[in-house]
Amino acid sequence: MKEQQLNESAIQVEKEEFKKRQRRDKLKQLLTISSPIFILLLWELLSRTALIDPRFFPPPTKILATLYQMGLSGELFTHLQVSLLRIFAGFLLGVIPAICIGLLMGMYSPIRHFFSPLIMALMPIPTLAMLPIILIVFGIGEFSKMVTIAISVFFPVAINTAAGVTNIDNIYVDVAKNYGANAKHFFFKIALPGSLPVMLEGIQMGQAIALLTIVAAEMIGANSGIGYVIWMNYKAFLLPEMYVGLVLISFFGYFFSLVIRGLQSKLLPWK
Amino acid sequence: MSSNTKIELDQLTKIFYKRNESVEAIKNISLDIEDGEFVCILGPSGCGKTTLLRILAGLETPSTGDIQIHQSESEKPLQSMVFQERGVIPWMTVEENVAFGLKMRHLPKKEIKERSDYYIKKVGLEKFAKLYPKELSGGMKQRVSIARAFANDPEILLMDEPFAALDEQNKFILQEELLNIWAETKKTVLFITHSIDEAMLLSDRILLMSSQPGQIVKEKKIDLPRPRTMESIRSNEEMAQEFVDIWQHLQKEVQGSRA
Repeated sequence: MKEQQLNESAIQVEKEEFKKRQRRDKLKQLLTISSPIFILLLWELLSRTALIDPRFFPPPTKILATLYQMGLSGELFTHLQVSLLRIFAGFLLGVIPAICIGLLMGMYSPIRHFFSPLIMALMPIPTLAMLPIILIVFGIGEFSKMVTIAISVFFPVAINTAAGVTNIDNIYVDVAKNYGANAKHFFFKIALPGSLPVMLEGIQMGQAIALLTIVAAEMIGANSGIGYVIWMNYKAFLLPEMYVGLVLISFFGYFFSLVIRGLQSKLLPWK
Repeated sequence: MSSNTKIELDQLTKIFYKRNESVEAIKNISLDIEDGEFVCILGPSGCGKTTLLRILAGLETPSTGDIQIHQSESEKPLQSMVFQERGVIPWMTVEENVAFGLKMRHLPKKEIKERSDYYIKKVGLEKFAKLYPKELSGGMKQRVSIARAFANDPEILLMDEPFAALDEQNKFILQEELLNIWAETKKTVLFITHSIDEAMLLSDRILLMSSQPGQIVKEKKIDLPRPRTMESIRSNEEMAQEFVDIWQHLQKEVQGSRA
């Protein structure tokens, strides 16, 4: 009887402890949501009271209203569409060869030795610095923008994929060999799935770089797209309109990361 | 050489050569193992026992000498290895891991399913067949590794310290499970270990190796009746004497390699 009572009070203690932990977790979640809201409110307040110059830092509500107006006119969507198409096409154009070459480099050391000095030498060059050459070779059309993105995405994905394959634990290679796996089996059962986690990290990085590159490229050499919207409105000193461009980039960057993270948990159920 | 010799090793030597420096891992190992025999190779760490096993597993080539594994049926694979628990492939489910060797050999789907199911059940993992290894304990992973090798139905089984990473209790359980499956299939097994208890429990014959260069220096027949249990080994006077004998040999080898 007494023992049972003791046991119950022990449960009571742990229950309290558990509730406390839950409350703390909720507080942390609240902090995550509140930090952007806090900054936006502060910005709004400072801008409205002209403590910071509202010409350079228009209040967020005004930016939102501008976003709404620009959306109504429909022009914003054309720019958005153009940028997104460039990103998607350029991304695929870079990622697909990067995965192929990365896998080959990881699996066959002669290929690795052949390609790695080229990659190491080309990687440090900012893609934008190559823009003149890209324009000369591919013209000023859409394709040259896609190529720019493709090049900037290519390097992190190729390097990560190759590293993903070479980092596969040797014991799995031994298992495959001992159980008679041929080259095709080795590729599909060991190299590809084994390198996938690191490869996806490369793709996550590539995605962020693609967004940076397209905006910068559109600022320099384009007459459409989000980067163009930012640059033109800056030149015309239409700062709320410029901020709309920045907000959109932030939104899509966040959105793409979420998509790829979702893809990660779908593709790697074993992690 | 009797007619039912399964494995023949003839003057096997392996040297690792690196920058003007050569290490003799194993030296002149000649050995016959009979069909259905359970042989343990016991030796101090670094004595080349793993190298010997890797040569048999086709993962390493001998510098000189020959190996021969006699084949009874042409479609059977020569050998399969029970790797340590980390050899279970993390991106395949239990089922896929066990069926791995069969799939590599392109057997009909139905047969693959039947055979892998049979051995998954044998090692008591039927409830876990669809899970990934991350959800399994160490002992369960090792069961997957054992099931994978038996399902492949090879001429001989090679085991590289399969239970070294397990805790004592799990080790005893798995050793007995292994003996049960082995008794049913009567495979020829070459088992590497550094545990004297393990070798005495499992094997028909224990081969003692010297440290670098690895040579077989002593042979001990263990003819206790089967099925055996750890209790029966521990309470047997004769075995106790054998234990001390082997212990002293290993002690000498380890100290010898330090000097």
